Amino acid sequence: MEFNEIRNIAINEWDSLNSDDNTWIRVGYGASGQASGAQEIFDIFNKRSLSMKNVTTTLVGSMGLSYAEPLIDIKDSSGIRIFYNNVNPSIAEEIFNSHIKNNTPLLKYIFGQIVPKGKNPVQGIIELDKSEPLKFTKQIATKNFGNISPTKINHYVANGGYEALNRALDELDPDKTLNQVKDSGLRGRGGAAFSTGIKWSFLAGNNSNVKYILCNCEEGDPGAFNDKGILENDPHMLLEGLILAGYATGASNGHIFIRDGHEIPIENSRKAIDQAYELNLLGENILGTGFNYDVEVSLTGDSYVAGEETALMEAIEGKRSMPRFKPPFPAVYGLWGKPSNINNVKTLSYVPYIIKEGNEEYKKVGSESSSGTAIVCLSGHIKRPGMYEIEMGMTINDLLKNIGGGSSTENEIKLLQTGGPLGGVLGKEDFDVKIDFDEMSKAGAILGSGGIIVADTTTDVVDLIRTLVAFNQFESCGKCFPCRLGNTHMLDILNRICNSKPNENDMDVIKKIGNSMKTGSLCGHGQLGYSPIASAIKYFKEEFDLALSANHPVDSDIEEMILPTRTRP
Amino acid sequence: MTNHKEPTDNEILDAIDNQPKISKITVLSSLLAISNKFHYIPKNAVEIVAKYTDKTINDVWGVASFYTNFRFTPPGDITLDICWGPTCHILGSQKILKDVHSFLGIEKEGETKDGKITLRYSTCLGACSQGPVFAIDHKLFGNASIGKIKEKISDI
Repeated sequence: MEFNEIRNIAINEWDSLNSDDNTWIRVGYGASGQASGAQEIFDIFNKRSLSMKNVTTTLVGSMGLSYAEPLIDIKDSSGIRIFYNNVNPSIAEEIFNSHIKNNTPLLKYIFGQIVPKGKNPVQGIIELDKSEPLKFTKQIATKNFGNISPTKINHYVANGGYEALNRALDELDPDKTLNQVKDSGLRGRGGAAFSTGIKWSFLAGNNSNVKYILCNCEEGDPGAFNDKGILENDPHMLLEGLILAGYATGASNGHIFIRDGHEIPIENSRKAIDQAYELNLLGENILGTGFNYDVEVSLTGDSYVAGEETALMEAIEGKRSMPRFKPPFPAVYGLWGKPSNINNVKTLSYVPYIIKEGNEEYKKVGSESSSGTAIVCLSGHIKRPGMYEIEMGMTINDLLKNIGGGSSTENEIKLLQTGGPLGGVLGKEDFDVKIDFDEMSKAGAILGSGGIIVADTTTDVVDLIRTLVAFNQFESCGKCFPCRLGNTHMLDILNRICNSKPNENDMDVIKKIGNSMKTGSLCGHGQLGYSPIASAIKYFKEEFDLALSANHPVDSDIEEMILPTRTRP
Repeated sequence: MTNHKEPTDNEILDAIDNQPKISKITVLSSLLAISNKFHYIPKNAVEIVAKYTDKTINDVWGVASFYTNFRFTPPGDITLDICWGPTCHILGSQKILKDVHSFLGIEKEGETKDGKITLRYSTCLGACSQGPVFAIDHKLFGNASIGKIKEKISDI
């Protein structure tokens, strides 16, 4: 089948869903939607609409507005999308009876509207895309979130999907495709922020006939859920990027690497891959161009270190996910001993846009050194927790105010914990820092994978740091003894400090341990183990001093911190 | 698990054979398939996986003991995961854990005395924006409180 034919079929399906005589009810899902109870709401609408003609109910991706979920989007004969937020089962029944059966939107529950081009807005209802927080976002990789079903390839194609792949196969050779990505300034979104184009060129330069592109969706960072978010909401965006990466580098196979148990992203990826095979967007002789490429889903068990690039390859090979020595680097000796390239989900999800619109268009977005957008996850003490795609260069203050809506409690925001448990904390005095790889690392914080945990003034910094170290201790793979023993020792000391039984030189000992971990560990898990502590001391030295004088405020409810008992032997 | 029956060798082989399509079957992929089907790694499984993948029993034990999702005894009928990651911690998960302990009559992770419920602490369930988060048999719930946990368990 020609691509034009694929596209025409998809557009026909999309147009009939959006035609004025069809009422389309969309229920936002994903992990966050599930946690808010969206499945039950979907079931109600779906069951009740079965008996009605011209009403379609679909589970779609989440718009990222977690605070408003379950979020229902109803497009009726007016063509306008009306949204209802925080819907519970009884409100769902009410909405159905009034809006669907009697064609009367229920104003008292309405969250907002999105008006398509050429239509007039309904008076008295706010336009979501023109008000906070969405008007401050810039959607590239997340443009389809909430709009399309993640399990229907036709929805993706009808919204411009796979046009980039078609363009690359038609007009660009692999070199030109790679150069587009290189010139776009795209940098890896997994934490290291290395140029994606340059990374790809290492693999492209290797002539092996088996080469792997490994897409890392392990995402164990607590507070970050954007990688899984992309697979939950729009898996084809990632898949198209993964195919383009294969084309640009001459790779033969792609893997999507996910932790077992995250059912929605796993199911969605598998479905997306099957659908792509059916339309010959994967497999042999893709779209008749002679390009062959296979993609599969690889699962890992629970292990945070499996997200490290060489440990990831060990896990796919079925072994303990422990990091390998480098060199040899993955581009020379990777999965099954073959040249490999590892990219984060977000990184690959920008590629379709870059190839379709051109590297110059992509470069227009973002800051000088960090082109494009950042997909940030807000959680903790924040009014509007969720997942937002914002232009690089926005300040933390603007993010917290315009996107997050400020503190969710009566107390002010005290600090942010960014970059995962090996990242750091950012104190208030640096909230004017720009969200940009280089600006943030100058301030001593890292953007990492985009998880931003917001904590208000009631948060005990020493206790928060203990939680991070407890996480690192629990997740150390045990291969390098400075990391294995160091984290355990640091946790012991922090436990003692938190229980108001400190030794005078405790923080010096922790620093020494941190230094040994930095020099004596193979991967970032040990090397960066001290960074959260260092950054916390930078901003909140007085709290550590207080704890060191045996005056740590003890929460009377919790005597001993409750920590996991399962450990690695 | 109440009324538990150990799976036979053939049932375990079936689980390995019927795992989701993958280009190379490995020790880990087989253990995950077995664990997903029986919710634990039965005693006879280790040797079967070793034979199937042409590895030693030690290799298989090495992998099985490394990933913290694997367990070697059958879990309770209901598995309750409670997140203790940083976001949930800030939002009060320690208190929730403590309350869950007294609700279930246990002092740490593991099974209740009647063997019906298994409690696990999770490092992150991936729905931080709805925190604190808990899950019952992998189904996620946000805005956790001891009341909500009791309610959702009694719904089953």
